[in-house]
Amino acid sequence: MTQPLLIENARIIDPASGMDHRGAVLIENGLIADLSTGGPVGVPDGAEVVNAKGLVLAPGLIDMRVFTGEPGKEYRETLASAGQAAAAGGITSFVVMPDTTPPVDDGALVDFLLRRAKATSAVNILPAAAITKGLEGKDMTEFGLLKEAGAVCLSDGRKSIQSTALLRTAFSYAANYDMTIVHHLCDTDLAGNGVMNEGLFATILGLMGIPIEAETIPLARDLQLALLTDVRYHAAQISTAYSVELVAAAKKRSKRITCGVSINNLALNENDIGRYRTFFKLSTPLRCEDERQAVIDGLRNGTIDTIHSDHDPQDVEVKRQPFAEASDGAIGLETLLAAALRLVHSDDVDIKTILRAMTSRPAEILGLDSGRIAKGAPADVILFDLDYPWQVTETQIRSRSRNTSFEGARLAGKVMRTIVGGQTVFSHETETAT
Amino acid sequence: MAQSRSSKASSAAAGSTGDYPPFSQRHLLSIADLQPYEIIDLLDRAEKMVPISRQERKSHPTLAGKTQINLFFESSTRTQGSFEIAGKRLGALVMNMAVKTSSLSKGETLIDTAATLNAMRPDVIVVRHSAAGAVELLSQKVGCAVINAGDGAHEHPTQALLDALTIRRQKGRISGLTVAICGDIANSRVVRSNLLLLGALNVRTRVIAPRNLLPAGIEHLATEVFTDMRKGLEGADVVMMLRLQHERATGRMIPSVREYYRFYGLDAEKLAFAKPDAIVMHPGPMNRGVEIDPAIADGPAAVITEQVEMGVAVRMAVLDALLPAGDNTP
Repeated sequence: MTQPLLIENARIIDPASGMDHRGAVLIENGLIADLSTGGPVGVPDGAEVVNAKGLVLAPGLIDMRVFTGEPGKEYRETLASAGQAAAAGGITSFVVMPDTTPPVDDGALVDFLLRRAKATSAVNILPAAAITKGLEGKDMTEFGLLKEAGAVCLSDGRKSIQSTALLRTAFSYAANYDMTIVHHLCDTDLAGNGVMNEGLFATILGLMGIPIEAETIPLARDLQLALLTDVRYHAAQISTAYSVELVAAAKKRSKRITCGVSINNLALNENDIGRYRTFFKLSTPLRCEDERQAVIDGLRNGTIDTIHSDHDPQDVEVKRQPFAEASDGAIGLETLLAAALRLVHSDDVDIKTILRAMTSRPAEILGLDSGRIAKGAPADVILFDLDYPWQVTETQIRSRSRNTSFEGARLAGKVMRTIVGGQTVFSHETETAT
Repeated sequence: MAQSRSSKASSAAAGSTGDYPPFSQRHLLSIADLQPYEIIDLLDRAEKMVPISRQERKSHPTLAGKTQINLFFESSTRTQGSFEIAGKRLGALVMNMAVKTSSLSKGETLIDTAATLNAMRPDVIVVRHSAAGAVELLSQKVGCAVINAGDGAHEHPTQALLDALTIRRQKGRISGLTVAICGDIANSRVVRSNLLLLGALNVRTRVIAPRNLLPAGIEHLATEVFTDMRKGLEGADVVMMLRLQHERATGRMIPSVREYYRFYGLDAEKLAFAKPDAIVMHPGPMNRGVEIDPAIADGPAAVITEQVEMGVAVRMAVLDALLPAGDNTP
């Protein structure tokens, strides 16, 4: 058994219960053994006592959308390197997307991922299994067997299924096993050769645009099919005002409909592309400021449930290219919390709402026991300094790829300690001491 | 028409271009990077280059000993030829990289290519690429001057400069004119460079196209936007026609060539809406019978061959401006 750990004098924020209070947490045997917001907490013999004065204690973050290169493209990212990056970013669990080589479309691969994750990574890695074989958007995978193997949800990752008939069948079959469908939204025909948000800025740069309708048309279709089949449906990431409207309307009719947003669409807009900066080439594309503001509204009013990093490691070879020819994606595990806290510091969103979208809401959607500070819950917790100023530099990146959309960014808010199942997997002190 | 400044300029012709302060840009990547005075400066320099090409011995070797590489990822006989002649008339050693037969078609990245060429120590690289921003990306990785000879649907700065020079020689001025640009606005780099250049010089710019060939936000880039060609041409001093990539567009962007020609092809009837002394321009190569009536293309209002001639002058001026004599820094 590990040494018991008492964290006292922390500002405990637990979005699940609504708690935001000074208090102490006792961690023992991988669980939150006790919790106090006033009275004394019994300190077991030999416990490590941490005075967390000035720090926030919150549930560890749960990131619903992470890509790695394992198996197949380990030079981009392994489960181990992604795990280290996650730990440094205060992420104690993440869903790994099935877009690997080969794709995770078979129970044996889910099993492989779980074993590799356990052997090489200190954080919880939750595999998402493909909806269609080979992520080809044609034939369904074995949902039941994938669930048995340990898949936490079904998703075709970066791919968006185009066939309405196939989606209907898949939604209905997923409902049969009570599995959540997480679907990326892109009408590939309408998006065409588009490489960024359609509008004046794309026109000035001479780049082909992707209209917002390439997102809202498949979203409207998915929502109707979700209502028809009563599946647990999670729109992977939305980015437009009209998408927020569509989801809000559908949510009135079903409690099983949820949606997420990438931190990139919350914190950045298309102007960040500047002169063809490919680290800002993303799918879902960065939109204009009006759409970003609408998405922030959607987060504030609860239409948007979750915030994720959309961590997508890409190497120099595919990123240092002309914009239209470069790969999509940016890493984000290490910057997720601090980038989200930008919205808190700018008074756009309160801290509890921000944390809820990265803790209790994803836990509820995925059916996890974590994501909350409560007696008996898994001891997946983080301590962070809400105001700690730092600058993102290439040298400090733990991910194997360096394609961060926050390079050079000045951020406020840093994880001081990350605890997974009672074990400290990251400590700011030891990191800075070495 | 068409007298203007050419005679005046020719007297100063053989003179050096050293009357000008050093050009402040390291590369010519886009018109957007240029201040109005820099545009005027380049046009003035180009004006002085015109007579050189009209001499019997077309040589003005200010770039002797310099190396110019033409790197064309998209083939373009006329632009590449124009840059080659421009460089050679200034005495530079010009090398054409045939991209299709080089390792570039074997998956070498643009960055690797840049590093390789850079190691050969050229003084200037002229680049055309099918992707917007590719020339700028390459410019960041080399130690010499880079000239954008067209990058995707982004910019084609020397085309805009040669168009402006042609207009100035024909009309005696640029400011205050009304210039109508008609055709595939959405996919044209020529339009973007022209709108930026003409806009910087206080020209009333108009774009004319069917809605599906107008890019989003174009109303912020042009003074006026028209879908009716006759209205768009009304009172225009200059009519610029664009090439329609009809092999690519038919069925996808437009239903047929005959319908396009009926509504957006320049013929005498539509041209009559422009000013009586309006000039007709085209960046070439032309599709006679697709976007322009052969009678107009070869008629008195057309200044299309002068555009080609000004192209050489402008490119000489740009090379000369970017590579000041005696400067041998890598």
